Amino acid sequence: MGNFGAKIDKFLDIFIDADGYKTVLEGLGNTLKIAVLGLVIGIIIGTLIATVRVIPKYKLLPRILNSICSFYVAFFRGTPMVVQLLLSYYVALPLMGINLPSVSVAVVVFGLNSGAYISEIMRGGILSVDPGQMEGGRAMGLTFGKTMTAIVIPQAVKNILPTLGNEFITLIKETSVVSFVGALDLYVAFNRIGSNSYEFMVPYLVMAVIYIILVLIISGLVKVMERSLRKSDRSH
Amino acid sequence: MIEVINLSKSFGELQVLKDVNITIRKGEKVVVIGPSGSGKSTFLRCLNCMEVPTSGNIFFHGVDLADQKVDINIHRQKMGMVFQHFNLFNNKTVLQNIMLAPVYVEKKRMRKLRRSNPENEKIKTVAEIKKEAKANAMELLKRIGLEDKAGEYPSRLSGGQKQRVAIVRALAMNPDVMLFDEPTSALDPEMVGEVLELMKELAHEGMTMVVVTHEMGFAREVADRVVFMADGYIAEEGSPEQLFGNPQNPRTQHFLQSIL
Repeated sequence: MGNFGAKIDKFLDIFIDADGYKTVLEGLGNTLKIAVLGLVIGIIIGTLIATVRVIPKYKLLPRILNSICSFYVAFFRGTPMVVQLLLSYYVALPLMGINLPSVSVAVVVFGLNSGAYISEIMRGGILSVDPGQMEGGRAMGLTFGKTMTAIVIPQAVKNILPTLGNEFITLIKETSVVSFVGALDLYVAFNRIGSNSYEFMVPYLVMAVIYIILVLIISGLVKVMERSLRKSDRSH
Repeated sequence: MIEVINLSKSFGELQVLKDVNITIRKGEKVVVIGPSGSGKSTFLRCLNCMEVPTSGNIFFHGVDLADQKVDINIHRQKMGMVFQHFNLFNNKTVLQNIMLAPVYVEKKRMRKLRRSNPENEKIKTVAEIKKEAKANAMELLKRIGLEDKAGEYPSRLSGGQKQRVAIVRALAMNPDVMLFDEPTSALDPEMVGEVLELMKELAHEGMTMVVVTHEMGFAREVADRVVFMADGYIAEEGSPEQLFGNPQNPRTQHFLQSIL
């Protein structure tokens, strides 16, 4: 352990004096951007899909929409995120002649991917809401959509908040795969510092600590949100 | 006001309602009784198409609600429904529960007015709509003595309070008819009275009511007509005196004997 101090010095040299912290900040920014925007897109897509999947299926249109959604979910849950990223960045977009920065592609792919997972989480949440809530709304003459958005989905979200927090944490950690398409995230930033100093031990340790801090912050935020949403429950 | 013609309803193989015919006049109080599984709840839920009839017609103000092309939501707004399990919106306060549908309907109506004539003086702002709905909701809450609960969530109310809020929530839409689906069956015995009391008040004010219940005392006191259902049929109907005093159908006699 005698040379651990020297390793730290070496790391600090690059991190502070050679502007390594700037790379790390940019990587952290990208990691957060991909995870947060991915989650937002995922929640929107997931809620739409979940809603389609719980619409009563008497008519043709809901049935068609339902099969499209099933296919979507099967595709995005059935292939690894890396594969989706590579297919989008190196196959789909070039074929369409579109040129996008790798971080933007990552945001979209993360959104589409988490949309598939969140749709199943959200569907579970919607099914966990007492069917009487939907009946109560419909009996008053509210439409399916209005009852869904005003009554059922808010209660579903409350039920699945811990699981959504989990999904967000997974997304944050998964962002490390964007290095495959050449985007700069937290992992790539620390890797660069390591390569520059030929010394990986300290950068990787610091990287792990930053990931853990991020996750702890998110868990804390989820708890705070849960508490404020539980206002309508019995105890207080 | 409501005319039911040859109403049938099946759940898969099971036929729950078989050719039910009944006419409910304005201001009439009809109480539906019968053993469990007789189809009385399904009958009530067919009246506002919460269950879609398998065949038959339900005319409400002359419009056939069983017709798939009819916009059922518009008609449901004039048919208040009260459920066994209250079905208050858990994520809304008592006040919001009562205001939600009236505000929604009024907003929609204003949007339509504005589209046909933006200069129309009758167009209200959202703030005005909400203010009116709130005043009306508070009035209703005052009536049931729960104005101090306006800001509470339903989970903080007793069963009897919940059901009374559910009733005034339906009243906030100024319905033409009120449908009650076993409104006291999920209540603790000491809370049944307060709910029945409110229902009796409504009856005396001339509200048209269809009530599915096991409260024979209420049926005797309030009903203009008692309908006895068994096996998906209307087995017998008549005034409370007739039906309770001198039942003709053996099924009715048997049922009344077993519960009294």
